[in-house]
Amino acid sequence: MSRLQESLEQGKFTITGEVGPPKGVDLHHCMDEEVSYIKDRVVAINVTDNQSSVMRISSLSICALLAQQGLEPILQITCRDRNRLGIQGDILGAYVLGIRNILALTGDHNTAGDHPDSKPVYDLDSVSLLTALTSLKNGKDLAGEELNGIPEDIIPGAIVTPGADPVEMQLIKMEIKIEAGARFFQTQAIYDPKVFESFMNKASRYKVPVLCGIVIIKSAGMAKYMNNFVPGVQVPDTMITPLKEASKEDRPKKSIELMAEFIKEVKPMCQGLHIMAMGWERYVPELLDICDL
Amino acid sequence: MVVSVPKPAEELLEMLDGYKNMFIVACGGCPVGCDSGGMKRVDELTEFFPQNGKEVTGNVLIDFLCNKALVGSKLIYHLKKLKKSQAVLVVSCGIGVQATGKMVDIPVVPANDTLSSQGMQGLWPSSERCAGCGTCYLAFTGGICPITSCSKSLINGMCGGQHDGKCEVETERDCGWNLIYLRLKEVGKLDNLKKIPHLRDFRKMDVSDKERHTTRWALEKEVIYEAPKQSSEKEEA
Ligand code: SF4
Ligand code: SF4
Repeated sequence: MSRLQESLEQGKFTITGEVGPPKGVDLHHCMDEEVSYIKDRVVAINVTDNQSSVMRISSLSICALLAQQGLEPILQITCRDRNRLGIQGDILGAYVLGIRNILALTGDHNTAGDHPDSKPVYDLDSVSLLTALTSLKNGKDLAGEELNGIPEDIIPGAIVTPGADPVEMQLIKMEIKIEAGARFFQTQAIYDPKVFESFMNKASRYKVPVLCGIVIIKSAGMAKYMNNFVPGVQVPDTMITPLKEASKEDRPKKSIELMAEFIKEVKPMCQGLHIMAMGWERYVPELLDICDL
Repeated sequence: MVVSVPKPAEELLEMLDGYKNMFIVACGGCPVGCDSGGMKRVDELTEFFPQNGKEVTGNVLIDFLCNKALVGSKLIYHLKKLKKSQAVLVVSCGIGVQATGKMVDIPVVPANDTLSSQGMQGLWPSSERCAGCGTCYLAFTGGICPITSCSKSLINGMCGGQHDGKCEVETERDCGWNLIYLRLKEVGKLDNLKKIPHLRDFRKMDVSDKERHTTRWALEKEVIYEAPKQSSEKEEA
């Protein structure tokens, strides 16, 4: 059983982190800095898959390196770049390298990234990818063919956006994802405890663990960018104004304070946190200390 | 010619599950040319449904269902029967089903799977698009095509990129899944989303050799293809 699964099943407040593979083969920043800052404070680490449709080292390779170091990776798989043969092959490949946790995503469209002229695949999507994971876990591939050696310990996960409008559609899709086999959810970033609470009031009836998504806001500029360009994310003015007023040196401290306040409020509502530090991994231990986590 | 083939009878019954009756709207264009529509099919369907516990409230054959204005102007004469109906079964390509869906306020159900719109011959003057996916989903999606209205052709619901009703790909483009959501909510059919099969079958997009050969206008068949063949046979004789 994966450590992530164990933690969730034991009902522990579970914290996961996230790193993005680099573009190019220099792993220093990713492994020696990002990973090393968070590795002792999280149960598992997500590795993004060509995040924002920007080509990088494959998620699978970085996950394998993490597993080799005895760390617990969560392999993110998007459906943008590979069809069902490629994806199923990768899932089995990941399994033999010790990877158990897999997060199923549809994936941003190619036009958002650095290869906008590439062919979008979307043979599968987040839901049918979960169907594939469940099928493989049960010993058959999507074509119904029997597997020789069954990856039965796979833990399929999925994402949900609590701040999306219409949120009803998110909840319907969440239910469809659970039926397809999702065993845990990590959420898109959310900053308003009230919005999260009303989402959890509806989502908790599914009885599947939800890890609240935390993207550390580094500056007022970043907050504004997220409000304008990241769907389903709304950073409230009560967070933007203090960051704007803080001096440059004080900003990380202020930001950590604000995030800690938010975490304290949402902690009783959910089963854990998914922290996306986006370059501020070094502040994660401090943030968790303040929250007694 | 837009190539379409009749959906299997079981699938029609499945899609119409929960509806007591339906009105049939049929296209007098391409489906006539590829033997998947026209009055012949309407007669077959009108006989088939009552045998399976469903009433057919009436029917109309309209030339070119892809022309919304024409569809609207003809349906006006059938308002009484439409008001009594719970659904509209549309015998046409995917475009005709979508166009009809925009003209009525009850659910539309496709009677055909569309395989190809290459070599298009209908009017297709408006915004609806059909990519010939071969597994018409319109019965589930409120008459709005998920394949052509969603930039990723998703069949399992909205992705995380929807923003203010627009698609992540283009700020001005409506998110197809938001349109589908709004429509299904309006007609009280959000539960449909849970009925869509998770996987697409891409083989269905392929137009088999047989379909290629039956895809000509009846007229063309006789005048251009059959006539010269007959005369050359005669010459040989
Ligand atoms: S779902 Fe869309 S692409 Fe597929 S047959 Fe229907 S209208 Fe055409
Ligand atoms: S935003 Fe809407 S239309 Fe665009 S890819 Fe996502 S679901 Fe499809």
